[in-house]
Amino acid sequence: RAGRQSLSTRTSQGQRFRNKCFLALRGSSGPPSSGLTARERILLLLDPDSFDEYDMFVEHRCSDFGMDSSKNKYPGDSVVTGRGRINGRLAYVFSQCRIILFTCNILLKFLSGAHAQKICKVMDQAALVGAPVIGLNDSGGARIQEGVESLAGYADIFLRNVLCSGVVPQISLIMGPCAGGAVYSPALTDFTFMVKDTSYLFITGPDVVKSVTNEDVTQEQLGGAKTHTAVSGVAHRAFENDIDALLNLREFFNYLPLSNRDPAPVRECHDPSDRLVPELDTVVPTESTKAYDMLDIIHSIADEREFFEIMPAYARNIVVGFARMNGRTVGIVGNQPKVASGCLDINSSVKGARFVRFCDAFNIPLITFVDVPGFLPGTAQEYGGIIRHGAKLLFAFAEATVPKITVITRKAYGGAYDVMSSKHLRGDANYAWPTAEVAVMGAKGAVQIIFRGKEADREAEYVEKFANPFPAAMRGFVDDIIQPSTTRLRICHDLEVLAGKTQSSPWKKHANIPL
Amino acid sequence: MAAALRWGAAGGRRGLRALQRCEALCSRWCLVTSHRFYSSVYDPNEKTFEKLLIANRGEIACRVIKTCKKMGIKTVAIHSDVDSNAVHVKMADEAVCVGPAPTSKSYLNMDAIMEVIKKTRAQAVHPGYGFLSENKEFAKRLASEGVTFIGPDTHAIQAMGDKIESKLLAKNAKVNTIPGFDGVVKDADEAVRIAREIGYPVMIKASAGGGGKGMRIAWDDEETREGFRFSSQEAASSFGDDRLLIEKFIDNPRHIEIQVLADKHGNALWLNERECSIQRRNQKVVEEAPSTFLDPETRRAMGEQAVALAKAVKYSSAGTVEFLVDSSKNFYFLEMNTRLQVEHPVTECITGLDLVQEMIRVAKGYPLRHKQADIPINGWAVECRVYAEDPYKSFGLPSIGKLSQYQEPLHVPSVRVDSGIQQGSDISIYYDPMISKLITYGSNRAEALKRMEEALDNYVIRGVAHNISLLREVIVHPRFVQGDISTKFLPEVYPDGFKGHKLTDLERRELLATAASLYVAEQLRSQQFLGTPRIPIAKSKKSSWELSVRLGDGIYPVAVSKDGTSFSVEVDGMKLNVTSEWNLASPLLSVTIDGTQRTIQRLSRNASGDTSIQFLGTVYKLQILTKVAAELSKYMPEKAAEDTSSILRSPMPGAVVAVSVKPGDTVSEGQEICVIEAMKMQNSMIAAKTGKVKAVHCKAGDTVGEGDLLVELE
Repeated sequence: RAGRQSLSTRTSQGQRFRNKCFLALRGSSGPPSSGLTARERILLLLDPDSFDEYDMFVEHRCSDFGMDSSKNKYPGDSVVTGRGRINGRLAYVFSQCRIILFTCNILLKFLSGAHAQKICKVMDQAALVGAPVIGLNDSGGARIQEGVESLAGYADIFLRNVLCSGVVPQISLIMGPCAGGAVYSPALTDFTFMVKDTSYLFITGPDVVKSVTNEDVTQEQLGGAKTHTAVSGVAHRAFENDIDALLNLREFFNYLPLSNRDPAPVRECHDPSDRLVPELDTVVPTESTKAYDMLDIIHSIADEREFFEIMPAYARNIVVGFARMNGRTVGIVGNQPKVASGCLDINSSVKGARFVRFCDAFNIPLITFVDVPGFLPGTAQEYGGIIRHGAKLLFAFAEATVPKITVITRKAYGGAYDVMSSKHLRGDANYAWPTAEVAVMGAKGAVQIIFRGKEADREAEYVEKFANPFPAAMRGFVDDIIQPSTTRLRICHDLEVLAGKTQSSPWKKHANIPL
Repeated sequence: MAAALRWGAAGGRRGLRALQRCEALCSRWCLVTSHRFYSSVYDPNEKTFEKLLIANRGEIACRVIKTCKKMGIKTVAIHSDVDSNAVHVKMADEAVCVGPAPTSKSYLNMDAIMEVIKKTRAQAVHPGYGFLSENKEFAKRLASEGVTFIGPDTHAIQAMGDKIESKLLAKNAKVNTIPGFDGVVKDADEAVRIAREIGYPVMIKASAGGGGKGMRIAWDDEETREGFRFSSQEAASSFGDDRLLIEKFIDNPRHIEIQVLADKHGNALWLNERECSIQRRNQKVVEEAPSTFLDPETRRAMGEQAVALAKAVKYSSAGTVEFLVDSSKNFYFLEMNTRLQVEHPVTECITGLDLVQEMIRVAKGYPLRHKQADIPINGWAVECRVYAEDPYKSFGLPSIGKLSQYQEPLHVPSVRVDSGIQQGSDISIYYDPMISKLITYGSNRAEALKRMEEALDNYVIRGVAHNISLLREVIVHPRFVQGDISTKFLPEVYPDGFKGHKLTDLERRELLATAASLYVAEQLRSQQFLGTPRIPIAKSKKSSWELSVRLGDGIYPVAVSKDGTSFSVEVDGMKLNVTSEWNLASPLLSVTIDGTQRTIQRLSRNASGDTSIQFLGTVYKLQILTKVAAELSKYMPEKAAEDTSSILRSPMPGAVVAVSVKPGDTVSEGQEICVIEAMKMQNSMIAAKTGKVKAVHCKAGDTVGEGDLLVELE
């Protein structure tokens, strides 16, 4: 490096520089609890030779408990930060690591003030330039030796997470046990991914849980990848190991625009935009009670059958994720008839709403596939607040100003019809397949209410009148009834036109989504 | 139909265009059959049926409809409720549902079918094969309603349907039957006398025995005496019945059948033979016409005997006489099938006759237009039965699923595909898992086989397991290519079961080079963003990649460098040049490796580097990582594998017939736990270890998918 050469003329300084570099590299290459070191992780995440490191010489400033001993100071402290390229596109990265403290021979993986300062610097840079921030998290929480300075460090990071939210995409990849303050930064970012079996997220570990609530629980049960991807919904996806996670993160990164100032990226596409999809003509079963897999539809419509699903194991009655249409990134939301008939409940509404808001914030067009029998009834849902949680999804779709294309494949019943990106919520192109049923409810229930159970045989009349797409089409609530096999072609053409869409909402400080 | 009209109207110009394209797609069915393979001409002045019902489903229903369309006959399809979107339903002019999915309630439901016939006023019924095609009761009921059955008369169906009666009839018609003796043999001398009469080799077994017990094969007098002693002792002691069966032993038999065609005026023709020796579990897999084995004399002798038998039972319509042929070209009558056979297309290819058309003409009462001398053998035709099944499990266990992608290799010259499915169709547990019949034709056998190879490579089937790998291995196997085949071909060639193609060193290098090149093409593509981004994309000037490819148990370092539009790949110290268009969306990829053209299919890839590629018919799983990632992967923690001995999963999709255990039972290793039926086969599931049953997750009557948990042991 050029810098290194100019320094080496001053021998003592050069020697010192080399020593520091050596210590920094050794420190941040310390033994990981499992998997890879912080630098190896960055090496795999970024394009070869693209990493420019910042703050390699920052050291912690703590002087209590023997921490000021030169042996307990590492240049760079317990995090590697910098910028680099993923498939040629800019990204800011920080990768947390463990350092061995010589005096007490313990792993130093906790966040210090210096550590936080380094992270804040890359986040500030990212926001200035307009490029995503990727955190490779592996931190046990606040560094107790530092006291409030460490806490302040966390707050500094949280503030930047919030300020960057909606400005640049923020991604957290949890690669080791993260506890205490360390879990909130990932929670504030747009996406949290985990590594199976080796990463954990919890406010407090099993020992504290035991002493406080007397619960016996393992790390894995309390905050493992399975818990957070399937039960709590904290994490968006989990991967097999460090390498698998980093390679998938590279792939995921390609779907994202660099910032809210950039349009959704368009990658070179070999899949013809006018490709007909004949299997869609038969994908919806003839019996309206029979399930089918919405993923079949998504895969067959998307470019090269590629779909990066978000939260595949959580609230499976709604499917969300990224795909490309004629090369352009789109966000896909679909009801999943295979799980709980595709109804909307608390978890699926929240899952859908957060995804829709991400897409809207980052100019990613939304494509919605509707087959929804309604909101899930019952005390569990009502007590849990399905009204305010369902309102989140409604809010998110209504608020979104990105291109919105909706395809009703089968049921669009009741309030759920309105919620699922309907024409009334500023939908740009709303289509119905011939199998669509746009109605207030299913025929059986409707007939019972209309005729109070006296004339049950009038079900056929109701079906004829409402269990089809025509009433909606006659009123212009769907723009067209399309042959399913032409769906890809129609969406691709619409997206081309809608790329020029601009839409704004009345001035406001910010909206007040029912949290 | 209303909806279809509406698409046109509502969709405007684009909708209309799409509709037209869809029609073009549908009409490929007709394209295949028309003219290319038939010389049979249709005479529009010949009066025929106005409306015909096809009492079948799948490819054979489609096949019959095609000929009906050509002849201007309106068609009625029947279907079960799950088949309401099937291709044969769409192709027919009318379609009526005859019941729920199980065949006994739909395609075998005579009452419902008779009802449909009455309602639609169909004048004739083509039964296809299977289902009601050889059901004399059905033929009788049709006759009583005055509806024509496209097939032979009831008495011919009955006579040939009975094994003993058909053998007697054949004997009387001077057709070679397997010589034998069944009765009490006094002593060894008499046994030798009988054996000599029959001609060696002979098989001696206890008449009352079964399952191959006490069976002896004798090649000379000495062995006959020994066999007599052995078998009569066994017969007396085990069964208390000393009758012996001495029968000609057919060594290494071939299964060769003669297609016959007869009319109601006493004319009968033989349309040459079909070689159907490649079988698994008595089901044919690869058929061809003509046979490499028959000389003109044997062919004529077999043909004449077949015709004699047909005349003896006053046969009309198309039928098939099956023979076993031994290594010295002696042939013996096996049975006669009184229907159109699955493998009839190969006969159509070499003779130019449209058998369905001839069947319909004969049924209408017209005499045959051809004389025996008019029946040619033009070229060579090979048929492969493409099944939705996993050939790695006893040469084929059924697989079910949705055909997520499906593309027939019709762009390969001289290929005929008879199928009744399309992209998006479901292969269900209710019916035969055949996907299609793939037929190639050439002026000679080598040409037909070469085309078959190409056609198999270009066949895109995704969503279900299929037997393309087995078919492709069979047709290139040296023994098959030389014509050295018998009904035991598969178990002889693959004694330990089929394991897929075995790569030679060169082929392995080709596969590695192709996979690595594909990986690099994908990497390069992922940097290709269109438009002008705000922050310029730093395209790497990298032109060489060091990769590590895992294939099977081996890990191979592969170096790829980009050389203009092609890749130069170094594997095992050898340099290969790989060129292709690198269309990453196409299911088929034509790659040229050092001048050799290969059609490969990339079935899947993911970000983790896992790729599966169909190469030479077989699917190979590879993992491609950069050298750096591969070196770091040694630090990844090992994952604990699931202990599979205490759980029982369904090896295939099917229906649970019986469950023999309940929670709390103690089972011993090898004990039957439950029985799964899939496509005509019952499979006994056994315990892998001794233990107590923890939980039972299925009950009789359940439908289970592949990999579904059935029973857990403690």
